[in-house]
Amino acid sequence: MSTLSRKPTSRWLPVVPTVWLLVFFLVPFAIMLSVSVAHRVPGGFYEPGFELDSYLRFFSVFFGRILLTSVLISASAAAICVLLAFPFTLSLARMKRRGQTVVLVILLSVLSLSEVIIGFSLSTLLSKTAGVGNLLSLLGIIEESRAYTPSLFALMTGMCYLALPYSVLVLYPPVSRLDPELGEAARMMGASPFQTFRTVTLPMLRKPMVGALILVFVFTLGIYLLPQVLGKPQHWTLSVHITDQAIFQSNLPFAAAMAVLLLLVSLLMVGLSLLLGRDKAGDT
Amino acid sequence: MTELSLRGMTKRFGRLAAVEDVSLEIPDGTFVCLLGPSGCGKTTLLRLLAGLEVPSDGRLIVAGEDQTAVPPEKREFGMVFQSLALFPHLSVAENIAYPLMIRGRPRAEARARAEELLDLVQLSGLGDRRIHQLSGGQRQRVAIARGLAIDPQVFLLDEPLSALDANLREHMQVELRQLQKRLGVTTIVVTHDQKEALTMADVVIVMNEGRVQQVGSPMEIYRDPANAFVAGFIGTSNLLPCTLTADNSIEVSGFRFAVDKSDRIKSDPGTGLVLSVRPEDVRLGAADTGLTAKVTFIRDLGESIQYVLEQGDHEITALYAPSARPDIGLGDEVGVAFAPGKRVVLPS
Repeated sequence: MSTLSRKPTSRWLPVVPTVWLLVFFLVPFAIMLSVSVAHRVPGGFYEPGFELDSYLRFFSVFFGRILLTSVLISASAAAICVLLAFPFTLSLARMKRRGQTVVLVILLSVLSLSEVIIGFSLSTLLSKTAGVGNLLSLLGIIEESRAYTPSLFALMTGMCYLALPYSVLVLYPPVSRLDPELGEAARMMGASPFQTFRTVTLPMLRKPMVGALILVFVFTLGIYLLPQVLGKPQHWTLSVHITDQAIFQSNLPFAAAMAVLLLLVSLLMVGLSLLLGRDKAGDT
Repeated sequence: MTELSLRGMTKRFGRLAAVEDVSLEIPDGTFVCLLGPSGCGKTTLLRLLAGLEVPSDGRLIVAGEDQTAVPPEKREFGMVFQSLALFPHLSVAENIAYPLMIRGRPRAEARARAEELLDLVQLSGLGDRRIHQLSGGQRQRVAIARGLAIDPQVFLLDEPLSALDANLREHMQVELRQLQKRLGVTTIVVTHDQKEALTMADVVIVMNEGRVQQVGSPMEIYRDPANAFVAGFIGTSNLLPCTLTADNSIEVSGFRFAVDKSDRIKSDPGTGLVLSVRPEDVRLGAADTGLTAKVTFIRDLGESIQYVLEQGDHEITALYAPSARPDIGLGDEVGVAFAPGKRVVLPS
């Protein structure tokens, strides 16, 4: 009889995520916030205080352009990744079970490579002396070997290489759960394979696609090594400048202020895409 | 007029033949049930008709035209899937109007047709609901309405009622039957539920192991099974090994019964045959010199009383109306006879 009075879930269960959030997110964020308004001692460190100098410094054409560059690069990387991952995942889900497992394991193994290895591998591969330029000139496609790095192309290649496995992993579960009878039903009702894709497959996968976009966007926003290895100085993202300010310029208040702003911008972008991805009827 | 004709339809998956050499003629406006145990190839046959599977061999003629190579979207067929396959991202009316939208009909016309079909399946006014807001029975009706939206040449249904509870299922069987009669559309339903098949169909096609076992009206299939499989699968039958002697009697476990002129003898005289008798045609009496059996189980089903008997290695089931209840108890040794004219002798 005593089992009847027992609650199905303990009352202290929600405490766990709350503590986690507090320890790993809110406390560090509060520290960062307090540092961002601290007073910088030129040539030294910083002392506690409250001033908005760091924020004011950010509102310049120079840093405005950097913020825009960061957002554009991450948004493009997100779009390219989802565009590549979507057809890939669709065909993956149509393979036999064994084949799917093999491909997923290979994909996961890519995640074990660090940003550093990927960055320097690509910079070698795209270089003039040891890269694909040699191969292309050997095949007679171009006159003389040339370097493809540093460039926006090289940076995008690196970012997409890093983020593609994540977008596939986000898309794979809903794609593989998609009932094949839905597509068959559409075809029985007169829809060509392309019409079926446009009217059934695509709308049913809109939410996971928005999810993948957000994930890649936020993920690439934090990448700070690749832009330095593969990009030109004008492609340096906000993350690069934050690292630069924090480590090389010893200006922690300014680095913290930029980090706060970056966080706000990514929250804004996530909110916007969630709004766009919402179902018209607002259900499920 | 949409009569269907299948000629030597065969579908092999690797070395396994799911459907083997099926030839059928289905007249216009017929309600056909494809009946068989799971894995008998009935769903594959339906998918061949739909064009969702390409036959390994054989041809499909629809209203005189060879449609074997026509892709599903070019066939004017309606279909209800086992999972119903309703689109969760569309409203009820949009689901029903989908085939019309695909055909580029004006929005107003599509909407009007959807309303008309909602009336037909008694869901008036629910057009703007979402699929997940409907009950199982309502979803069923939406799927049926959607399948009928284009006035299909042929209406195909794959186990359409299997997800419903027993009461609703029986109700929908009657409703589906009435709807089909009203519209006169050639309809083919796959089911593993023999009661469902016998309730709805004009013609029942019994399948097993990829082959057609028997084609006939529900009564023919029930009264006059073509072989031991059909006799065992449709309703409950006592299937006993028997011998048909040259002097025209049926021998079961060493006891002989003279063949009645209305008994159905489907085999030449010989041994290793099967005697099929329905439980309601088994007569129990005092144990005498004839076939005897021991009562092992008695069950009162309300409308009838079931006796299970043990005869050698075989089990015999007898069914009696409560009013005709014989004076028999558990463990009694009783005489067994089979009603003359109700006996079917089949090759095994």
